[in-house]
Amino acid sequence: MNPLARIGRFFLGFLAHTGRLTVFIAHSFVAIIQPPYYVRLIGQQMVRIGYFSLPVVALTSFFTGGVLALQIYYGGNQFNSEAIVASIVALGITRELGPVLGGLMVAGRVSAAIAAEIGTMRVTEQIDALTTLSTEPFKYLVAPRVIAAVLSMPLLALVADIIGIMGGFVVGTQSLGFNPAIYMQLTLDFITPDDITSGLIKAAVFGFIIAIMGCYHGYNSAGGAQGVGRATTNAVVSASILILSANYLMTSLLFSS
Amino acid sequence: MTDMIKLSNVHKSFGPKHVLKGVDLSVEKGNSLVVIGGSGSGKSVMMKSILGLLTPEKGEIEINGLPTVGLKAGKRDLVNRQFGMLFQNGALFDSLAVWQNVSFAAMQGNNMPADEARELAKESLALVGLEENILDLFPVSLSGGMHKRVGLARAIATRPPIIFFDEPTTGLDPIMTDVINHLIRDCVNELGATTMTITHDMSSVRTIGDKAALLYQGQIIWTGEIDALEQSDDPFLVQFINGLADGPIEIAGA
Repeated sequence: MNPLARIGRFFLGFLAHTGRLTVFIAHSFVAIIQPPYYVRLIGQQMVRIGYFSLPVVALTSFFTGGVLALQIYYGGNQFNSEAIVASIVALGITRELGPVLGGLMVAGRVSAAIAAEIGTMRVTEQIDALTTLSTEPFKYLVAPRVIAAVLSMPLLALVADIIGIMGGFVVGTQSLGFNPAIYMQLTLDFITPDDITSGLIKAAVFGFIIAIMGCYHGYNSAGGAQGVGRATTNAVVSASILILSANYLMTSLLFSS
Repeated sequence: MTDMIKLSNVHKSFGPKHVLKGVDLSVEKGNSLVVIGGSGSGKSVMMKSILGLLTPEKGEIEINGLPTVGLKAGKRDLVNRQFGMLFQNGALFDSLAVWQNVSFAAMQGNNMPADEARELAKESLALVGLEENILDLFPVSLSGGMHKRVGLARAIATRPPIIFFDEPTTGLDPIMTDVINHLIRDCVNELGATTMTITHDMSSVRTIGDKAALLYQGQIIWTGEIDALEQSDDPFLVQFINGLADGPIEIAGA
């Protein structure tokens, strides 16, 4: 095939895909805003997305906090600035690593699960059955998952912040010889409410990305088990890429001033 | 007699593939129409177009006199409330127990309280010969035959005036096929509903149907009473009902 035709086909496919995703997101917003609201389903999804993600997010952030403390200590050692460990760990975790790594871990766990569940419902005609039973699939399937993810992710990020800082604290005091009281004081001195809220805003956006990618790929899956597998992979990959690019965009917006 | 379902010149394509090429069909009130046709003839696309799951490019579909193509969501929802549907593989919701599946439309559409919904499920399951001890089971623990019966109980739970059956006996053994066919006939007679069934299975055609239609390459090429099936000398119909490899019907992939 002509290379130019191949490039053209790729871009046309990309534009068509972007258009479909935009329509899907717009449809999801309408479903979120308009009644009926499936409060029980939102609660169930918050447990599945938020509560069951706690262990993986907690472990990730604990070790990330610890590694960050070690790296900053060894790096700062060359310039006799080891004292910045506590403050950089706190800033790094609350502004970036808590929400981003938490988001990536939840993307791997939740986006895949949502895509697999909705994809299976698509290929086994359960979504068609919803429509014939006078239930709008966007309201019943998409809206509760998106709302639950947007509400759960900031809570998970908050937990990640606390446990990540604790990871740095444990390594700093047990392995690097910092005084516990001074370490905590340095952490509290440098951290501001803006650092925490910026991370929570990011987490809410990541929650939206995670849920919408899982729903979009699952809802549009076709071709039996293979199609559901493809939808699951695409959901995780696209959610991860969008989280990283949205993180760059939000960091430049939130911290530009 | 009034037409409950009426299709006029319905066309539906998927990309370059023209699946429905001007389907004209009607089902009178209280009648049971069986649509037969080979794989890929457009039966499922036709049924999904009637149910509003697909939108035809051309033509009109009327339900109880109301044109439904292009209806807005709210009005479409009211039309869908007249329908019951048994999907080919049951399409039961994996995450819900049997009683929640059966009374789903009543709970979601009519806000029926859980205890009443459970009673409704019990009554509907009794109509299809199932005991109440399966109420709390999940679809994964049901056999193929029970799956179909629960699907049938869900289709009739709200006593809809129009019921659709998509290949109701696919994947069942001959005895269970007969059981399901008779259940469908008895339930429909009891409810007085109008039904449309799509199937390849000639035993279903003879047990369930009052009338039959043959869909071939996206068009209805024969309609008539069930009794007229065997007497017809239409070469397409003769080949299909006798399951002959030789005849005018082009076999896909042959």
